[in-house]
Amino acid sequence: MAMGANKKPAENVKLDRQDPEKVKARLLAKYPPKVARKRAKQIVINKVEPDGKVPVINSNVRTVPGLMGQRGCCYAGCKGVVLGPTRDIINITHGPIGCGYYSWLTRRNQTDPDSTADGHNFMTYCFSTDMQDEEIIFGGEKKLKQAIQEAYDNFKPKAIAVFSTCPVGLIGDDVHAVCREMKAKLGINVFGFSCEGYKGVSQSAGHHIANNGIFKHVVGLDDTIKDGKYRINLLGEYNIGGDAFEIERLFERCGITLVSSYSGNSSIDAFANSHTADLNLIMCHRSINYVAEMMETKFGVPWVKVNFIGAAATAKSLRKIAQYFDEKELTERVEAVIAEEMPAVEAACAEVRPRTEGKRAMLFVGGSRAHHYQELFAELGMKTLSAGYEFGHRDDYEGRKVLPDIKVDADSRNIEELEITPDPERYNPRISDAQKVALEAKGLQFSAYDGMMPEMPEGTMVIDDLSQYETDQLIRIFKPDIFCAGIKEKYTVQKHGIPLKQLHSYDYGGPYAGFKGAVNFYREIDRMVSSRVWQYMRAPWQEHPELSATYAWE
Amino acid sequence: MLLRHTSTEIKERSALTVNPAKTCQPIGAMYAALGVHGCLPHSHGSQGCYAYHRSALTRHFKEPVVAATSAFTEGASVFGGQANLVQAIDNIFSVYNPDVIAVHTTCLSETIGDDVPQIFAKAMADGKVPDGKFLFHANTPSYVGSHVTGFASTTKAMVDYFAESNGRKAKTINLIPGYVEPSDMAEIRRIAESMGIATIMFPDTSKVLNGPLTGKYKMFPEGGVTIDELKKSGSSTGTIALGRIASMPAARALDAKCKVPCEILGLPIGLHGTDAFVDTLRRMAGVSVPDGLNLERGQLVDSISDWHQYLYGKRVAIVGDPDQVLALTRFLVSLDMRPVHIVTGSPAGKKYIKSLQAAVAEVPEAVNIKVPGDMYLFHQWIKNDPVDLIIGNTYAKYIAKDEDIPLVRHGFPIYDRLGHSYFSTMGYRGGLRLMEKLLDAILDCKDRDADDITMELVM
Repeated sequence: MAMGANKKPAENVKLDRQDPEKVKARLLAKYPPKVARKRAKQIVINKVEPDGKVPVINSNVRTVPGLMGQRGCCYAGCKGVVLGPTRDIINITHGPIGCGYYSWLTRRNQTDPDSTADGHNFMTYCFSTDMQDEEIIFGGEKKLKQAIQEAYDNFKPKAIAVFSTCPVGLIGDDVHAVCREMKAKLGINVFGFSCEGYKGVSQSAGHHIANNGIFKHVVGLDDTIKDGKYRINLLGEYNIGGDAFEIERLFERCGITLVSSYSGNSSIDAFANSHTADLNLIMCHRSINYVAEMMETKFGVPWVKVNFIGAAATAKSLRKIAQYFDEKELTERVEAVIAEEMPAVEAACAEVRPRTEGKRAMLFVGGSRAHHYQELFAELGMKTLSAGYEFGHRDDYEGRKVLPDIKVDADSRNIEELEITPDPERYNPRISDAQKVALEAKGLQFSAYDGMMPEMPEGTMVIDDLSQYETDQLIRIFKPDIFCAGIKEKYTVQKHGIPLKQLHSYDYGGPYAGFKGAVNFYREIDRMVSSRVWQYMRAPWQEHPELSATYAWE
Repeated sequence: MLLRHTSTEIKERSALTVNPAKTCQPIGAMYAALGVHGCLPHSHGSQGCYAYHRSALTRHFKEPVVAATSAFTEGASVFGGQANLVQAIDNIFSVYNPDVIAVHTTCLSETIGDDVPQIFAKAMADGKVPDGKFLFHANTPSYVGSHVTGFASTTKAMVDYFAESNGRKAKTINLIPGYVEPSDMAEIRRIAESMGIATIMFPDTSKVLNGPLTGKYKMFPEGGVTIDELKKSGSSTGTIALGRIASMPAARALDAKCKVPCEILGLPIGLHGTDAFVDTLRRMAGVSVPDGLNLERGQLVDSISDWHQYLYGKRVAIVGDPDQVLALTRFLVSLDMRPVHIVTGSPAGKKYIKSLQAAVAEVPEAVNIKVPGDMYLFHQWIKNDPVDLIIGNTYAKYIAKDEDIPLVRHGFPIYDRLGHSYFSTMGYRGGLRLMEKLLDAILDCKDRDADDITMELVM
């Protein structure tokens, strides 16, 4: 249960010398009563019971109009986040020009086109039907068909995907019929996503729609079992700033074979073949858990949650893989790699820690990053005072154990749940139930994510879908040493004289994953919290306005 | 290669836009609204729209860009957005307390046919608009025109909602600066004020989107045209609209509504563009041009003569917004440079194309012009017929790098360099700065390519 603002426990836990309940009351004070009631359920003072239970946090619910939050739309989650990083699909945005334009190269997903034989890379391009008013009136299917034809004629891609924007759903274009027709005509894979911006309550709906689409149209098309030991997929890692490259480097060192990556540095060919892997690793639980679940049901590939953000978390995640495959060769290799990589990380951490120790951070970003990055701050000796997701669900906060308790509201019900059954020929449980139980007894959890809140201290503030007003208040009240969010929040926070680290785009830096990434992050946070610029805001004459003497001409 | 699939073979396309040189109306509406003092722009659509627009504007200006959204869900898209907008208006005034909310529509709310004035009436009837606070709106469907259209419509809406004639003519001159940088708006005003002219400029994003770091965040910074000034614009002596595409609709509306005569000019880029602006100001206000401006003009002419040899005959490809592209083209031609590939992403009409053709009439070779076109075609033209220099926004750097051609960034968006919001490219001083940028690009390239024998110390 969420604690009401006026229901005061006998003795409050202090948060950075503040009473979090009072802070919460202050955040809500200015809101109209209905808004305050709603937001009260999304602002929670954390408390972890001995059995790991945490308070309920209302999340994945509609944003209050006019409050100014961080969220984007369904299209952004589908095209921008999940499908955007795949280099060899031509992604056509079906709609007016803006949506395609804003999602053109802005997410910093790096890719290496030379790692696939054909070298295709369409990520530097933006494709749009640039819908005009005549299509709004008479329908856009004809133009879409022609656009797919022109994309094929000009570029000869392996696959074309179509993404619907708001007006497409409203005027009723049958994007999927157009795709089927063009697929038959061109002989390449053509598929569509009904990811209109108004669907769901945030990007999250788009992630789900993207997962469904890839699963339906691509996964399982290529059954070739390629060479390599310890064959895994990495899910929910988007290679922002080269994160996936660093993780790939570690896999390679450990002798782990990466079959596919969803979807950083990815190719559609790898998606088609991904069901042949023996284990799915989930980084960003929110955006990709659907594919993992469906792959397990249909093909028998189990999944485990990993986190390569933070050196300790990286080591732990590599050990999980070794534990799963349970072979001496891999276990030794993983331990050797960790032993070789850690000294440089520890040295870098020790070097910056005197300047970061005890500093206070706030993180409001994404559906997993606000959780994962607390690891790196902890390694720097920094405290997280408050954190929250932009588009997370209760399971991302409280853990998947609450899944049965989550009520499906109208906004979520509109997002299709695919009916998945075991594939009659290809379903192949990678490990037996007995093996699973044995591994679980050793501490390897399958299909499990404990969420962010159980790992946060009591009294910290967990806030879902943070508004601009609340951001402003938190900064005035706590004056944190660093605030983590995205580009829209960056300068509103920095105008207060407090550095903001972008955890979507990394402020054009990175990688921050893995061991090398941890070192980069330590140095970056050291730079940001130690920068001299924050002392320059007052001019000498503002510090000492008095005049001690006057210059005068004799 | 960054754009490895761009071929030299140009195939006619009628449906697929590749690498657009324009974006959608609402972002222009948001930018214009930020040029009103104490104004919170509001996007009447799903929250993706405002998230994208705020992100794009923030990346360009490196400044806070505040705006709100009606946050449409599927239900609102079916039943209409009235409840969302009324609730948003209530929340915005309760929590953020702006002087004015500027609502712009999106493809979503336009397609379902939401009637914004009717929703405003409802909000006022429900008591959601406190005394002394204002609302205004512009219809900015994303499937018509471009970001420039959205800017133009929102600027016009300022006139439609607020301008009034009090029957007496004031000495003020209205300046409508067009979809230009905050630095440009400040420079346009400085030129007029240096002539002793009192001005009302709208919109005015200077000091809003190039504000200082003081440690105190102000959601509504000190810049921007006030509602009071907008009201008074109906009593000014005249209006000078800079940029026909971005500024003419507002100027014409003011003429029709309050009988304020207007002059529609090109953007004051380069010598002749600025001459036209200064001369119009002089005649409209009945003042003489001060020595200071004559000095600035003379310095620009002097520099053109000093550096002409490096500019003469250089072939340039230009991509951008119509008003900028036309003014830049005229400036380049005046420097004896040769704009040979010209693309605007925004549609701009037949009259515009004629002006552009007239501007390049004396270029001694064939000139490719596409209005509207995209950057894929632009790149194909460059591949087929390489140039010495590219002028365009940040996206053009992918072409510049692939083709190894120097790039001068100009227009919107510029995501990757400092300067545009602080240093104007308008007026005589701006002309000098633009020339400096052109020369730096050309001469850096010349130095880089010079061999050990022909390297020049003095240029």
